[in-house]
Parts: sequence; structure tokens; C-alpha cells
Amino acid sequence: MFDLALANLLSPVVLSFVLGLGAALARSDLSVPEAVAKAMSLYLLFAIGFKGGVSVADHGVDGTLGLALLGGVVLSAALPLVAFGILRAVSGLDRTAAAAVAAHYGSISIVTFVAGTAILDSRGIVFEGYMVAVAAAMEAPAILTALWLVARKSEATQSQGRGELLHEVLLNGSIVLLIGAFAIGWITGPAGLAQIDSFIVAPFTGVLCLFLLDMGLVAGRGMRQGRGVLDKGALAFGLVMPLIGATAGLGVGLLLGMSAGGIALFMVLAASASYIAVPAAMRVALPQVNPAIYLTLSLAVTFPFNLTIGLPLYVTLAEALTGG
Amino acid sequence: MQTHAAKRVEITIETVMQARLTRALEEAGVTGYTILPVLGGSGRSGGWSRSGQVSRASGMVQVICIIRPERLDPLLEAAFAVVEPHIGVVTITDAQVLRAERF
Repeated sequence: MFDLALANLLSPVVLSFVLGLGAALARSDLSVPEAVAKAMSLYLLFAIGFKGGVSVADHGVDGTLGLALLGGVVLSAALPLVAFGILRAVSGLDRTAAAAVAAHYGSISIVTFVAGTAILDSRGIVFEGYMVAVAAAMEAPAILTALWLVARKSEATQSQGRGELLHEVLLNGSIVLLIGAFAIGWITGPAGLAQIDSFIVAPFTGVLCLFLLDMGLVAGRGMRQGRGVLDKGALAFGLVMPLIGATAGLGVGLLLGMSAGGIALFMVLAASASYIAVPAAMRVALPQVNPAIYLTLSLAVTFPFNLTIGLPLYVTLAEALTGG
Repeated sequence: MQTHAAKRVEITIETVMQARLTRALEEAGVTGYTILPVLGGSGRSGGWSRSGQVSRASGMVQVICIIRPERLDPLLEAAFAVVEPHIGVVTITDAQVLRAERF
């Protein structure tokens, strides 16, 4: 465990993140232009989706695909209930703000997922290729749970626009690209990968490093600007909730009899907090909640925790419990 | 040169609300507008910056409409219905245009 944690901390990926974080905290003018950051995120989504599809084409689909999708949806819908209960107990957040934050912790961070697959690849641990589809399926259910949590007690949500909001979430660019690339990879298989592997395999880790440099900058700026936004209870939540989510993911993965890599990715998905789809959805549905609360928690607390400590922990646990 | 009185309405609003705002404007009969990205800024809800952002959650855009003065109220009513609960600023200034028939 210690060796893996140290290797992870000293990997180019994590050190790039630390560089960005340090630069932002030191108020350096280092920045990644918005268009470059978006281009890198498109690249990573395409590459991870495509490779997942190729893996499914290569190894075939077994009966756990449907169950894994169902498990992911249930996890995404249920975790906000746990997160909401904890937040109401330990933080000073009101009901609406707690629900908005809880939605982030039911949904997933695709960057954390990508970093998780990078660790597994570097250690030669195989995982089910369809976990990419599970990641996509886990984006939206948490939002519905959060809106339900708020709607139970108030009229604060804009219920008339809920259908439009769901349409936006389900068809947001990240999900469309991820699932689309997954489908292309599945259809074209290893032969398709052979045609473009010099584009999506070899440069992948390098692009991930640059992207995480940018994530470090964004997280560092979030830490600076978010100072005073979160109380101690909310901060503690941002560190404890990933472990609770990972435990739930571990349970689902073990229940489904998945491989060590698949279980580790289930843990990563359940432990991560959204920073793309859910913040945008919450700005539309619950505009009264200060976005600095959930963006700071998701980006500046939980994401760094998962990247540095969480990922090696989840991989080690998954390996230990499956004998992998 | 002959110029004509017009109103310039600048609506700075969260990126996630852009499509809803422009749809409301179009439904109110305002079919001409310009959308500009906002690089960054600071206000009551804290600072924001576009650099490095891949999420639409923290970005802002500015929607600019130039209209005839008599069409100002319907525009403001439509805009306010969208902007009211959200982070944003609406300003109105007097302007002069050369080709009145275009507004």
C-alpha cells in the first residue's frame, strides 16, 4: 500500500497536479486557456471511451454489464441520500445547499476515473472495459435525488424546467462524447484501435498530465477563493464522503463478482464528486445556492484527496480483497 | 449624418442560462442580439475566470441587444424572468444607430 501510494504521489500525473496547485496557491500567472482545457478534456473523453469500447469488443460482454449499469445507477441515486444526511448533521448548510452538494457526491468525476484507469494501466491491472458506460450512467441519477430532496420540503426548484434540465444533463457533451467514442471503439474493435493508437494511446498520459496541471490550477484558485465559504464540518465531509462512497462501490463491485480493476474503478466512481455536469445542473435548478460551496468541496477538497490518497487506497483494497 | 435613438441592453449572466435567456428574448420578439464571452470578473458572488474551465458552471457571458426604445419593456420583462434568481447584471444605456429599420 505504502509503495503504491508513494509511486502514485511521485508519478508525473500527480506531480503535474501538484505543480498546478502550488502555482495557483502562490498566485503565479500560469494558466491554461479555456479552449486548450476543453480540447484536452475532449481528447481524454474520446480516448477513454474508445479504449473502453475496444476492450469490450476484444473480451466480449458478460452478464455483469447490465448489473454493473444498474449498480452504478443505484449507487448514484442512493449516495446523495447519505451525503445529505451527513451534511445536515455536521455542517451548517441549509437543506437546499446540502442537497446541491449531495448531488455532486452521487455523480462522478470523469477525470478521477481517467486517473484511476491510468494507475491500473501502469500496474498492469485489467478492468472491465464497460466501466466507461457505467461512469456515464452514474452522471444523472444523483441530480434527480437532490431535486427530490429539495422538492419534498419546498417549492424552491424550478420544476417546470426539470425535463429540459434532464435533457441537458443526459445529453451534455461529455456524456455524448464518452458514450459515442465507446460505441465507435466497440464497433471497430482492435482493428479500429490499430488505426489510431498512435493518437489515443501513446500521448494519453502526457495529455492527462497537462490536463491535471490545469485541474491543479483550478483547484488552487478554488482553495484561495473558497476560503471562508466552508465550515469545518463541510470540509471534513469532503474528506470522509469519498471513503464512504468507495466503501459502497466496493460492496457493489464485490457483489457483482467483478475483477480487481473493475472493483477499484467502482470505488473510484462512487468516491468521486462531479465538477462538470452537476455544477452546471445545480446552477440552473438551485440558483439560490452559492456555487463556491460545491465547487470548492468537489474541486479543492475531494478531487485532490482522491488523486493523492484515495486512488492508491482503492486499488490496494480492491486487489487485497480479490486476491488480485 | 442622421442617427436614430435606440436602447442598448447588456445582460451579463451565467453561461448555463444563455440558451434560456436568448430563447426568452426571441419569444419576446427580440431576434437580434450579440453574445460575448466574459473573461473573468468579480461581484457579490465572488470572482470567476474562464481560464482552465471545462465546466459551464462558473462561466459568464454577456448578451447585448440594441432595440427601439418602445420595445424595451417587453425585453426587460422577458430577461428579468430568466435572470432574476441568477447571478448577473442588467444595464440599459441610450444609444444611437444609423439604420433604424434594422432594430
